[in-house]
Amino acid sequence: MEFQEKLLASHIAFEEQIDYNDPVHKTRIKALEVFEKKGFPSRKDEAWKYTSLNALISKDYALFPKSETPIELKKVKKFFLYEIDTYKIVFIDGVYSPFLSDTTHDGLDICLMSAALSKYKYRRIIDSYFGSVAKIDDSLTALNTSYTREGAYIYIPKDIVSEKPIEIIHFSTGKEKSIWLQPRNLIVLDNNSQAQIIERHQSLKPHDVVTNSVTEIFVNKEALLDYYKIQNDLNTSSLIDNTYLLQEKNSTASIHTFSLGGKIVRNNLNFHHSGQRINSTLKGVTILNGEEHIDHYTLVNHSQPNCESFQEYKGIFSDKSKGIFNGKIFVEGLAQKTNAFQQSNNLLLDDMATVNAKPQLEIFADDVKCSHGCTVGQLDKEALFYLRSRGVPKDDAKALLTYAFANNILNGVQLPVVKKRIKSLIANKLGVNLGFDL
Amino acid sequence: MLKIKNLHAKVDGKTILKGINLNVKPGEVHAIMGPNGSGKSTLASVMAGHEDYEITKGSISLEGEDLSDMDAELRSHKGIFLSFQYPVEIPGVSVTNFIKTAINATRKAKGLQDMPANEMLKKIREKAALFEIDSKFLSRSLNEGFSGGEKKRNEIFQMAMFDPKLAILDETDSGLDIDALKTVANGVNKFINKENAVVVITHYQRLLEYIVPDFVHVILDGKTVKSGSKELAMELELKGYDWIKEMV
Repeated sequence: MEFQEKLLASHIAFEEQIDYNDPVHKTRIKALEVFEKKGFPSRKDEAWKYTSLNALISKDYALFPKSETPIELKKVKKFFLYEIDTYKIVFIDGVYSPFLSDTTHDGLDICLMSAALSKYKYRRIIDSYFGSVAKIDDSLTALNTSYTREGAYIYIPKDIVSEKPIEIIHFSTGKEKSIWLQPRNLIVLDNNSQAQIIERHQSLKPHDVVTNSVTEIFVNKEALLDYYKIQNDLNTSSLIDNTYLLQEKNSTASIHTFSLGGKIVRNNLNFHHSGQRINSTLKGVTILNGEEHIDHYTLVNHSQPNCESFQEYKGIFSDKSKGIFNGKIFVEGLAQKTNAFQQSNNLLLDDMATVNAKPQLEIFADDVKCSHGCTVGQLDKEALFYLRSRGVPKDDAKALLTYAFANNILNGVQLPVVKKRIKSLIANKLGVNLGFDL
Repeated sequence: MLKIKNLHAKVDGKTILKGINLNVKPGEVHAIMGPNGSGKSTLASVMAGHEDYEITKGSISLEGEDLSDMDAELRSHKGIFLSFQYPVEIPGVSVTNFIKTAINATRKAKGLQDMPANEMLKKIREKAALFEIDSKFLSRSLNEGFSGGEKKRNEIFQMAMFDPKLAILDETDSGLDIDALKTVANGVNKFINKENAVVVITHYQRLLEYIVPDFVHVILDGKTVKSGSKELAMELELKGYDWIKEMV
């Protein structure tokens, strides 16, 4: 049986495991119909021109992890921001791990989607927000929606600042040789609230894991969100990340995506606005080698006047790695005085590495400032000569220049411990020990 | 120390150097002068080992060791330092960290351990004081947003830190006002001793009022056409290069 068939056929078994009286079940059924009709995207779809899922979906995967596989904290400690105190929502092979997690209901809710779906007190939030910004006619989003069961549920009430950063970590253990995971996250920052969130997906040993994740984020009036995606998985793991944000007036949201590994990674990042004076930031550093593949597909939909968006992605590709940046800015007729900026700069370090960069601007308002730029280049020879003439060996010199190229994105990282972590991951990825912490 | 004999070199298929001769002994300061496009900066790049330049004829050696097939980093480890006309900006890497990386890379190549952090710091402080460089400057990203003068001062500061056998100063005076020029020249003069040597590449005689050369060489169209004492530089300043062209 084809995997797509299996996904459709297995839904009955899935229904037996959940409470189909919960508030989202009708949405699940509707979503399944969408997926049944559309199936997986193929390269015939314009949005998937450069990324084929064939290699992934021609295999078979376990859909329902049987039980929790315990893992020792000391073995996974390094994947956490252990230097500081954080809230943690941790999943192992898709199953919540109470042992590794640190959740709360004390003034704010940092817990599980399954809990939020089953308890009446969360009903109002689920009814108001769940499925309201995720694009249900997107087949992968629909697939995820149809299997909604588990994930992170975060609700920061009005005027509350989450004092601790929140970590969402998904581990896959390899106990199942191949596994298909579909976490579903809902994050709501109510008026004038603030939160910092770090999301990671991590395989603990090489095996076929595909994560098709959907995250809906609501940043209400005057709220402030600072979100970091750390994508540094093994090169046997793939991730399809579908993230949808809806911002209300005077809110600020920034998402940094650090892509340093994985077999195929697709980031569908969508920002929508409802209200004026909204600030949206989408930034990323991608450093890939081997045959790793990344596809950044961003959308900023300016539907309201006086809003700003900043996109800046830096990509560094070695060996046979592949990068795609497709950035779409849509400015509706109503969205006068929009200020939208987009930049994608890429370095190709080897002959076989490729980059496809495609900025798309559709502007229907006449009083806006929009700009975009793409560059694809190589390391500056003179700069390399400068470093080598000071005694720095060629590989270290390349690494230093590569780091320098990506550096300005790191300047936007607000959490020092995250910045430190990213720097060491970058140094690791570049394979250098420069004798100082970057 | 440095011997260059009948050196020919090309870049992108074009021959730029067509017969350079130079013999530098320890304790000497040599000035290389010439009009724009004569090959001065090419010579600097060839001496420091730029990959794009291919030596087609002649030889270049340091203390009897042939340099022609040696990578830039190896030449640096052997004691050659080039002060760049246009130093490169490296955002995110501080002056201090860069110097640490470079010094320890050289030590590693020589089979030595990393310089202990406190020793490094002491040396950096000592040399920084010598060049009137304050500690804020040291923690700034290398050359990023530096003024022309700061960049050149930083180059000379690095020279003092690395303590090379042979320092090549490529147009170190360009873009400097008179005060910055004096500071830089003062740094070079403090660096010079009986064991090392300096090659100053310059377009104008101005710098040579502050760094006094023992020998002056004139390059025209990739050839060393005339050598003399420091008075030659004065003569060039007065008469320009045309009279030498006619002589040749």
